[in-house]
Amino acid sequence: MDRRDKAAVFDRAAVRLGGHVVWRDVSLEVTGGQFVAILGPNGAGKSTLLKALLGIVPLSAGSVEVFGQPVRRGNDEVGYLPQRRRFDPDLRIRATDLVRLGLDGGQWGVPLPSRSKHERVEDMIALVGATAYAQRPVGELSGGEQQRILIAQALVSGARMLMLDEPLDSLDLNNQQAISDLIRGICLRQGVTVLLVAHDVNPILPFVDRVVYVAGGHVVSGTPAEVIRTETLTRLYGAPVEVLTTSDGRIVVVGQHEPVSYHSDH
Amino acid sequence: MPSWDVVADIQLLLQFHFMQNAFVAGTLVAVLAGAAGYFVVLRGQSFAAHMLSQVGFPGAAAGVLLHVSPVLGLIAFCLAAALGIGLASGQSGRSVDAGHRSESAAVGSILAFSLGLGLLFFRLYAGSAAGIYSFLFGTILGISDRDVELTLAVATISLGALVVIGRPLVFATVDPDVAEARGVNVQLLSIAFLVVLALAVAVTVQIVGTLLIFALLVAPGASALQLTARPGRALALSIVLSLAFTWLGLALAYFTDLPVGFFITSLAFATYVVVRGVNAAATLRSGRLRFVPA
Repeated sequence: MDRRDKAAVFDRAAVRLGGHVVWRDVSLEVTGGQFVAILGPNGAGKSTLLKALLGIVPLSAGSVEVFGQPVRRGNDEVGYLPQRRRFDPDLRIRATDLVRLGLDGGQWGVPLPSRSKHERVEDMIALVGATAYAQRPVGELSGGEQQRILIAQALVSGARMLMLDEPLDSLDLNNQQAISDLIRGICLRQGVTVLLVAHDVNPILPFVDRVVYVAGGHVVSGTPAEVIRTETLTRLYGAPVEVLTTSDGRIVVVGQHEPVSYHSDH
Repeated sequence: MPSWDVVADIQLLLQFHFMQNAFVAGTLVAVLAGAAGYFVVLRGQSFAAHMLSQVGFPGAAAGVLLHVSPVLGLIAFCLAAALGIGLASGQSGRSVDAGHRSESAAVGSILAFSLGLGLLFFRLYAGSAAGIYSFLFGTILGISDRDVELTLAVATISLGALVVIGRPLVFATVDPDVAEARGVNVQLLSIAFLVVLALAVAVTVQIVGTLLIFALLVAPGASALQLTARPGRALALSIVLSLAFTWLGLALAYFTDLPVGFFITSLAFATYVVVRGVNAAATLRSGRLRFVPA
């Protein structure tokens, strides 16, 4: 396989933050075009995994590559949706301006009118189905609408990998469904590799090619059936954990480490 | 007395050298304050602007005391304060304004101390209250040729800097996490903008004084952002409003013999109230009441 087919490769990677090891000995490979769910308890270092891929958090050991290149900030091939609360309702900038910033917001000087850039922004907004409200101030949009705009912003630079940190958090069930369908469609039709940090695997479980589970300073990865099992997770946590399947097919992880956590207070 | 003949009125306005200086300096300051003000409002940094203007007060007094231009003293003190805030908030890893909120007692003490220091400096110099008055409320009608030159230099440098950093600054303001991932140096931009803001504050104090600084550095940007959410238009509109307040304020003050600061602040306030009112009415009419969940 060509090195470029490897969307992301961690090799014995470790991250240390404030003298504390977040995780270590992480070796995993993500194949291009896959839909990958990053799961695990709060504070286990799921977001740190994305930040290492973005080059925001440096490794203390090992290496990490994206599309065969060492990671670096500002890589146009990588789009990012950080974990966030909603935009301030009083933020007075149009949704379309926010998408445009994803294209050339990092450049110095005054943005000149550019037909090709304008069309690229409009195409991305159409792709995520946000044309109807793209001219409105972003603060006035609903959570689901803001999420669509942010996906357009993340993709507009030509990203082939999309990293999303809890994008379904704080959305209602309808919007969770709509946004995860949208991400799934982008993965399938545009061939974009998706790395999605989730608190709850169930809304995205039907789409997931691969699961990366972070807990206890270590990481295991594989298909959902391989990873989300009582034996695998008990070994990873180093403590008894039980994986239950409810009658409607939902997966619930029960154990001392995550007592049925469904809060959004992280 | 003014007539309705505009040309004659303008000739009347500009017949004295001090009025010519006032208009030139006022125009330069209005353009800079209007441009910086857009970013101040977008970033929610009006408190930082207020704080810098107060820290500048002893600077102005020191300038008078040392027989250099008071504007030079203002610039020196504002710049030092801006770098101080920038570095302190950078070290603690918090945004400037989050830093302010959690340390409001400390900031309050520093502000009071700096005003007290200014009071002392003025006392040492002349023992009169006239100098203090002009720095609290503006001294536009007494601007020297040298101050006009200094204002021109400061406005040119600051506007040039805003042209260069404007776009990434908007990115870093509305979406700092994504901007950082895209390679934007968010902290450096934050400090760079504080420096520009310090320069803008220092020259704006000449026109409206320490206490009325909001009229030119916040109100035009706030009104402009109510009227449009397009960054380019809002920035241009903020400059236009700032210019209009300054020119009209100077003219009204000249013909009525009432303080310039009063007219500029009144125009700024009235515009903001009207704009908010019109916006609220439009929102009600369109039935799109903004519901903000807790």
